[in-house]
Amino acid sequence: MTTFSNDHIGRRTFLGLMAGGAVLALMPGAARALTDAEARSLIDRVVADINRIINSGQSEAAMYRGFEQIFDRYADVGAISRSALGPPARTASSSQLAAFGDAFGEYLARKYGSRFREFRGSDIIVRDARDRSRYIEVLATVALRGQSPFSVSFIVSDRGGSNRFIDIVIEGISLLRTEQVEIRAMLERRGGNIDRLIQDLRSA
Amino acid sequence: MTGWIGRILLVAGLAGLSACTTPDQPVDTFDPYEAQNREVHNFNRGVDSVALRPAATGYGTFVPVPLRMGVANFSSNLGMPGTVVNDVLQGDLIDAAHNTFRFVLNTTLGFGGLFDIATPAEFPERSTDFGETLAVWGAQEGAYLEVPFFGPRTERSLAGNVGDLLLNPVNYVFGPEYAAVIYGAAAATVLDNRYALGDSLDQILYDSADSYALLRSLYLQNRRFELGEGGTGSEETAFDIYEGLYDDILE
Repeated sequence: MTTFSNDHIGRRTFLGLMAGGAVLALMPGAARALTDAEARSLIDRVVADINRIINSGQSEAAMYRGFEQIFDRYADVGAISRSALGPPARTASSSQLAAFGDAFGEYLARKYGSRFREFRGSDIIVRDARDRSRYIEVLATVALRGQSPFSVSFIVSDRGGSNRFIDIVIEGISLLRTEQVEIRAMLERRGGNIDRLIQDLRSA
Repeated sequence: MTGWIGRILLVAGLAGLSACTTPDQPVDTFDPYEAQNREVHNFNRGVDSVALRPAATGYGTFVPVPLRMGVANFSSNLGMPGTVVNDVLQGDLIDAAHNTFRFVLNTTLGFGGLFDIATPAEFPERSTDFGETLAVWGAQEGAYLEVPFFGPRTERSLAGNVGDLLLNPVNYVFGPEYAAVIYGAAAATVLDNRYALGDSLDQILYDSADSYALLRSLYLQNRRFELGEGGTGSEETAFDIYEGLYDDILE
């Protein structure tokens, strides 16, 4: 059974496995490369942009464009949109997913842009970053004049290849979870037709 | 005094009642009464569109801001003694002292609560209710309910509302002759809140593909966050039943 060449292959395989093992050993490190400080600095930039937009006094349309840029630049819109779509995302074509991602990004900017608009005259302050083992939660508060401050959290991950936020949580209400409910209901209403959903999202 | 003991016993009984429906295992949405709830939801939506929303728009449009704020402050201040009772029942004496100080400050220097001077003085309301007290005592959340005229609740929070009605000292200090003032201010505050929520609530109730499912999700997420029961964004994640929320992104 044991021949020279088999041994040779065996050793190569062994070395290969070692190398593979070394890569695997690095993997958790790679996945955990995102530090609290990095997550916090990402959200510092997001918050600076949001503060700038809501206090700029520009038109509604310009504000929505600004919010869309924030989502494009700092959020993993692709991952959020696939998660919102749920199981149908696995059977959708890549062009459908791309079109859905685009339409979803615009829809988010309009919908949440109008919410953030209500923060006008207030300041969003980043307070803390907490390691939640699989992601980092960056905690911020929104201080509106004459009201108790309320909490906004950003969920940050680097799983998509770069540091991005994958959720915004306002007073416990997760954008991702809320859009899962909404998008799945919209899809159901359209008989599971993703193309119609994409069409309607653009005007939603 | 014996009346009070009886009341507390009655209210403690609500803790048992509120635990009447429980899921076999933790689920993020426990809604065994969904069919009835959806009918109530449609009814409530009708009430909102023909009565609450137009009344709130009228109230918000024609009553000047200072007056609306005064009424809302007054009503909120009347709720503080009940909040303090709940702080004590939860064993949270720090919040009890904080809210008591707030109540005293606003009742005296704030002219009977018309002005909220405590919030800018770093004494904002630390809100709680008997639903939270029941949670602290170990009662389960129970089933999701949509209650006619009152909207989303859990079984536990509904039991809490009944408890709060019985426990608020204000209801005993002032006799029935003041009921019109107390409940009038509360009703005006409902209008004020509906007016303030304006577009946000319109979006949920009238623009959503499934306003029932959306409202249920929003209510449960926010309620669990307020109670520190491991909703996303809360301090405690040990009992986070949203643990799976990011699974498909982070897998």
